Amino acid sequence: MTTATYAGTEVAVDGEGFFTDPAQWTEAMAPEIGAAEGIEDLSDRHWQVVKFIRHEYEETGAAPNVRALAKTSGVAIKELYQLFPKGPAKVAAKIAGVPKPRGCI
Amino acid sequence: MVARSVVVIGGGTGGTLVANRLRRVLDTGDEIVVIDADDRHLYQPGLLFVPFGLSSPSRLVRSRAAQLRAGIEFRQARVDQVDLDADRVILADGTRVPYDALVVASGAQLLPEETEGLTGEGWGERVHTFYSLPGASTLAGALAGFDGGRLVVDLVDLPVKCPVAPLEFCFLADWYLRRRGVRDRVELTYVTSLDAAFTKATCNRELSGLLERKGVEVVTEFATGHVDGKGGRLVGYDDRQVGFDLAVVVPLHGGADYVGRSAGLGDALGFVPTDEATLAAKVKPNVFVIGDATDLRASKAGSVAHFEGEVLVHNLRRHLAGQEPDARFDGHTNCFIETGFDKALLIDFNYDLDPVPGRFPSRVGLPLLRESRLNHLGKLAFEQLYWHAILPGRGIPFVGTEMPRVGKRMDLAESTPELTGGTR
Repeated sequence: MTTATYAGTEVAVDGEGFFTDPAQWTEAMAPEIGAAEGIEDLSDRHWQVVKFIRHEYEETGAAPNVRALAKTSGVAIKELYQLFPKGPAKVAAKIAGVPKPRGCI
Repeated sequence: MVARSVVVIGGGTGGTLVANRLRRVLDTGDEIVVIDADDRHLYQPGLLFVPFGLSSPSRLVRSRAAQLRAGIEFRQARVDQVDLDADRVILADGTRVPYDALVVASGAQLLPEETEGLTGEGWGERVHTFYSLPGASTLAGALAGFDGGRLVVDLVDLPVKCPVAPLEFCFLADWYLRRRGVRDRVELTYVTSLDAAFTKATCNRELSGLLERKGVEVVTEFATGHVDGKGGRLVGYDDRQVGFDLAVVVPLHGGADYVGRSAGLGDALGFVPTDEATLAAKVKPNVFVIGDATDLRASKAGSVAHFEGEVLVHNLRRHLAGQEPDARFDGHTNCFIETGFDKALLIDFNYDLDPVPGRFPSRVGLPLLRESRLNHLGKLAFEQLYWHAILPGRGIPFVGTEMPRVGKRMDLAESTPELTGGTR
């Protein structure tokens, strides 16, 4: 098990840096995770997406994929890519401290 | 015993095989109704072969009603919505069809209009899909006249039916263009939203090697935002561009429209949240789900619907008898992957075990994860098996519902069952 330290607290993450225990996450950690992903300042719109993902994870036990995010978060797909250019669902899930959205095959 | 009523929405692979299995095991007084909007049952695995002149549209379609056993009512109608609270299906003409148990078997639909520009200028001319019968037929004509240039195959995003089909298309296109003597004038590129050609690690190594040997360039993590048919380019949300002369696009998929209109039934994409073991819908215990209509992490493939059938029917019977479901689906999936030149790969896996080499279904059998002529013959033989064994709800000879481990190189199994990639 790998660990990372955000806001002075050590947390458990997987090989790609996704939280394995979402309960360890606090809002204070989000800006540091975001900065590591190349997002210097989390805007209100970033927070809207991050909080929505936390909510979805708590409701369903899984982070939404990008299409579900665009349909339900109130942020359209184009803007999602502007906010999280490296991949909205993955990067926002990492900042929100939830496991990687599961792929479907 | 009071007669009970089971309503099945969808007369495709899953709905047909479940109805036929149910008819054999329920009391003769129990009613089974299959509802579908049309009477055209399409053999979907055959679509891949149509663009290359290896199959014809007329051969792939049969009557849905004719695939159902005597004693099953086929009702040709559109579904407006399911009223979960009242246990009834409401048809588009307002008719109410009550049920004791419901089977959602309405599959996945193509949503090409959800990708900007895809159905705009150039659609059906230089931008195609082979995921529908008209699309595959039109593409056959376009490919026959294609003598050189950039051929791009684009997987917009998962989930899609048969995730290996776009790769098979690349392999067959390479074979087809070589046979026509124009392969050296064609740049063949596979563009995918995934972070690799395929999502399963062992399988990805084999398939990536094949793509490389066949000269197919692979562009990964490409989030298609816009298809410019006039200008001949795919534009990603990250502004990357891939130019084409002929594009073959696998559009976004979603569940059936009525799912979205039925309060509580579906997720944001119209698929039905389903217990991955019992196949009961999470929303209510008298609703079961099969095949492409589920939100399961199993492939959207006919073999999955076949393996789910036995489990679903067992659990649905128990529900009607007032018992808890106790049969469990293991995620068993079995796919032939056509690789061109009369060869194919075979993969066999489940929720927990990724595809590994070996033999199927036991130590003597078809080679797994390796190209062979035998597997190609298996893929061709599957068409007859489909109409005469799978749809009637019989077993496949020597192949059980649970994934076999005998014959598999379990020592090569990946230790991480977690799926990677696939979601941006």
